[in-house]
Amino acid sequence: MALSKTAHIVTAYGEELDQLADELARMGGMVETQLETALAAIVRRDASLVAGVREREKQVNAMQDDVEKRVLRLFALRQPLATDLRMTISALKIASDLERVGDLAKNIAYRAEDLAEYAPLSLLDQVERLGAIVVKQLHEVLDALSSADVEPAIRVWRTDDEVDERYNALVRQMLMSMTEDPGQVEPGVHILFVAKNLERIGDHATNVAEAVHFMVTAGPLEADDAKS
Amino acid sequence: MTDTSDTTSIRDAVSRQLPRRYRAELRFRAAGLAAVASAVGILVILLISILSQGLPAFTVNQLVLPVHLDRSVVDPEGDASEASLRRGAYSRVLQDAIRAEFPEVTARRDLRNLFGLYTPLNATRLMDDVLADPSLVGETYTFRMPIADELDLYLKGRLVEDRTLATSGLLTISADGDALALNSSAPDFASLVEDAMATMRAEATALDARAERARNLAAELEGSDAEDALYEAERLSAQAQALREELAENDGRIELNRDLPTILVELSGVAVRLTALDANGRSASGEAMLGDAADISGAADWTLYVIDTPESRRRVSDQAIVWTRALEARGLVRTDFNTYLFSNADSREPELAGVKGALFGSILTMLIVICLSVPVGVFTAIYLEEYAPKNRLTDLIEVNINNLAAVPSIVFGLLGLAVFINAFGLPRSAPLVGGLVLSLMTLPTVIIASRAALKAVPQSIRQAALAVGASKTQSVFHHVLPLAAPGILTGSIIGLAQALGETAPLLMIGMVAFIADAPTLGLEGLTQPATVMPVQVFLWSDGAERAFEARTAAAILVLLALMIGFNALAIYLRRRFERRW
Amino acid sequence: MPDNQSHILDQNAGFGETEPPIKVAARDVCVAYDGKQALNHVSIDIPDRSVTAFIGPSGCGKSTFLRCLNRMNDTIEGARVTGSLKIDGAEVNDKSIDPVVLRASVGMVFQKPNPFPKSIYDNVAYGPRIHGLALSRNDLDGIVESSLKKAGLWEEVADRLNDPGTSLSGGQQQRLVIARAIAINPEVILMDEPCSALDPIATAKIEELIDELRENYCIIIVTHSMQQAARVSQRTAFFHMGTLVEFGRTEDIFTNPRDPRTQDYITGRFG
Repeated sequence: MALSKTAHIVTAYGEELDQLADELARMGGMVETQLETALAAIVRRDASLVAGVREREKQVNAMQDDVEKRVLRLFALRQPLATDLRMTISALKIASDLERVGDLAKNIAYRAEDLAEYAPLSLLDQVERLGAIVVKQLHEVLDALSSADVEPAIRVWRTDDEVDERYNALVRQMLMSMTEDPGQVEPGVHILFVAKNLERIGDHATNVAEAVHFMVTAGPLEADDAKS
Repeated sequence: MTDTSDTTSIRDAVSRQLPRRYRAELRFRAAGLAAVASAVGILVILLISILSQGLPAFTVNQLVLPVHLDRSVVDPEGDASEASLRRGAYSRVLQDAIRAEFPEVTARRDLRNLFGLYTPLNATRLMDDVLADPSLVGETYTFRMPIADELDLYLKGRLVEDRTLATSGLLTISADGDALALNSSAPDFASLVEDAMATMRAEATALDARAERARNLAAELEGSDAEDALYEAERLSAQAQALREELAENDGRIELNRDLPTILVELSGVAVRLTALDANGRSASGEAMLGDAADISGAADWTLYVIDTPESRRRVSDQAIVWTRALEARGLVRTDFNTYLFSNADSREPELAGVKGALFGSILTMLIVICLSVPVGVFTAIYLEEYAPKNRLTDLIEVNINNLAAVPSIVFGLLGLAVFINAFGLPRSAPLVGGLVLSLMTLPTVIIASRAALKAVPQSIRQAALAVGASKTQSVFHHVLPLAAPGILTGSIIGLAQALGETAPLLMIGMVAFIADAPTLGLEGLTQPATVMPVQVFLWSDGAERAFEARTAAAILVLLALMIGFNALAIYLRRRFERRW
Repeated sequence: MPDNQSHILDQNAGFGETEPPIKVAARDVCVAYDGKQALNHVSIDIPDRSVTAFIGPSGCGKSTFLRCLNRMNDTIEGARVTGSLKIDGAEVNDKSIDPVVLRASVGMVFQKPNPFPKSIYDNVAYGPRIHGLALSRNDLDGIVESSLKKAGLWEEVADRLNDPGTSLSGGQQQRLVIARAIAINPEVILMDEPCSALDPIATAKIEELIDELRENYCIIIVTHSMQQAARVSQRTAFFHMGTLVEFGRTEDIFTNPRDPRTQDYITGRFG
């Protein structure tokens, strides 16, 4: 995420910042994969994918630790200012959000194991659609991060409303379905949890969008959104 | 791997070079040490030679005579007024005093020689004493006066070669017509006889050699020159021949003359000069020089005093020496510290000559130089360094000042003559003019040293002062000048020391004359004729009397003391200024 | 402001109360040394009772501008100053203003501590003496003591006021210089890299001193250390090649500078 065209005079400093950005990008990519895999496991009712998700979860945590260490080091040794300062602070926030997304994806995957025992539910395609939107959110915001572009970040931020609406609709439908057919309660509960997790992931994607906006413009995203 | 080989190769390279570098260093240090040692050595030799030459001038042998200040002689008007006292015949008083010591001297010529034991200028000193204390009139007063300069040298052992021989026999002197016959019971005169004969033989040989040289010269010359040379050769040969005949004449007597060492026989109160020696070494003829020598028999405590420098080769007569020895024996000669050196101005007579005039002249001149060159020089330097705009004009001024420092000092003397004496009409030989001329000479040195000292003050001090709201002048005088003071002082002292030792410019403005009175150490003294120490040294070194040699060296010592005093003052002032930080 | 939100930093007021008045106002100030332009049309308003830092690479003109404020450029041959520079509304370059008077009200602290080679007492007392600020010896003693106290040096030197100023350590010397500057009660204090020759502890003490002094004086500090500018100042001006590139609140300059040149300089991307 090159915020400036010129390189640092001290190349090691610039390299450290670049490595931080790379680490963050890799973490984002891995989290994306986690989410996609978890959703696939739910939708296709394929429990074999869960093992992979469990494995990658450890890597995601390790990456967050790594990002924190790098940030600490940068503050102590380089005293970053201006854009570098904002980028470093944002990296900390973003890593924290991404780690939560990873956790939530892992939880979704675990539910897949449970859901696989039951017959497919009709609402599964709604879940699939909600998942697709969230995946797109995550993907877009990670793109915005790597290109340091506020426009896609603002778009992602706005998508949060749609996610909330779909989630609420899904919950209402699920509740109706569960009251009609008590046999649907057990799988229904798992679906509800999955949907909740997806909604939370959308929130975190929104947080990342805010962080990206702050990193580039030094201002809050709400102000920009209010203007347009 | 390349790193280690690089480091070892550099170590090797340096180790190889190292002995040569150390040797070069050692050579340099040795050269420096040798230079210092030779400089110190030369200095020590210089000091020792000056000291040994000059020390005798610091003591003086004085005659301590009771003089009777007869009222009729000293106070002709009889009213004890100053005018009367000034008309007193003090020289007669002195003459009477010395005659009282040697009443047997009556012939006019002899009296003239007797009065030559002291310089008549002492009469003025006696008059000054009486004027200072008129109650002395009619009293007998103990008057000290320095003995004549040659005799002073004699008493210090620097005039003649002499020796005293002990005797073992008993002496009998009896009259023999006009002369005296001396007989000793022991061969006391024997060694003298041999000496006399040896001297005559050597003399004859020398004369022959000179004759030979004259003949050789005649062979090279032509015409009347050759004739003169031949004539000289003949004369010398004749002299040699006479001497040899004398020697051969073996009549048992050797005639002594003025060209041979003087031999005196001395008893208590009696001195006899030998005129001939008998070959047996027991008897001689002589003439009385002091006291009644006619009837002495069986005297045991008598000595032979031999003056190896013959009378013809010295300026002091035997008689004068006899009188001096008599006075010394009577306790009338005292050796005192030579206060005349410091209390008198210059004099024709070495024994009364002193440096007071030159010292005061130097002090007055130096005062003028200090009062003129230091303030003008320092302020000029301050202006040039701190205030003057940096343009071509100031560059030109700076170049000219630097060049002035290299101008030969005598040029300043010419300038002084033309401007101060001819154009301004200032008096010649005055310390005022001398001071002015020397100031001109010292100014460039002071200016250059002061500028260097001012330049050395770091700019940060000036800026700090300005930043606190000091004006330019305040920053210069409160801060820059105190810091530059040690350097300025050093430069000024160097310039002043140079000026102290300058003679050439002062010669041009007339401070080279013989000045008998010291200038007063006050404002009036600035316009009175004076001379300075280096000029005094120069004048004395030219003096004919031998006594001036020691005094020249003594004056040099006084001058050196003055310079050392100056430097000590400078060091003290430097320390005081430096200690403040 | 509501009570439960009173802890939120008010972004608009950087000083807690009202904005302090403008002490130094410069308009189109240009300085040339022997024809070579050193400052180009600098316009800036520096507020009173605060610290303003000037940062920028070497030769950018920040020290030159500083020297305009007390007309130290007058001492440099070939320096020409144009434009309007006002302190408290009075034009500094006006012919009728004596630089000596100006310098008495604008104190300066230099990069290398330069106490006078006099005693500590005389160092501080020199200014009041030449400006006639003390009527008696007691007055002078009082001025010296209070200046040294304000400079945080009194404890360390009270028992050796007659020792030479140069016998102190570097940090103490710099505080002595500051005491000397404030002894004549100036209105503006200029500091040209005051800590660049000092160790971190001495530097910290000077920074603490600056913090205390800013309640009463307008302080302008030129510094090469951005961390120091960040720590010590409320406003920062970035100079580059004789121009004033950016001027604003310190926290804004260091977190979100607007000009890319400022950005590049602060983050160390100047090449």
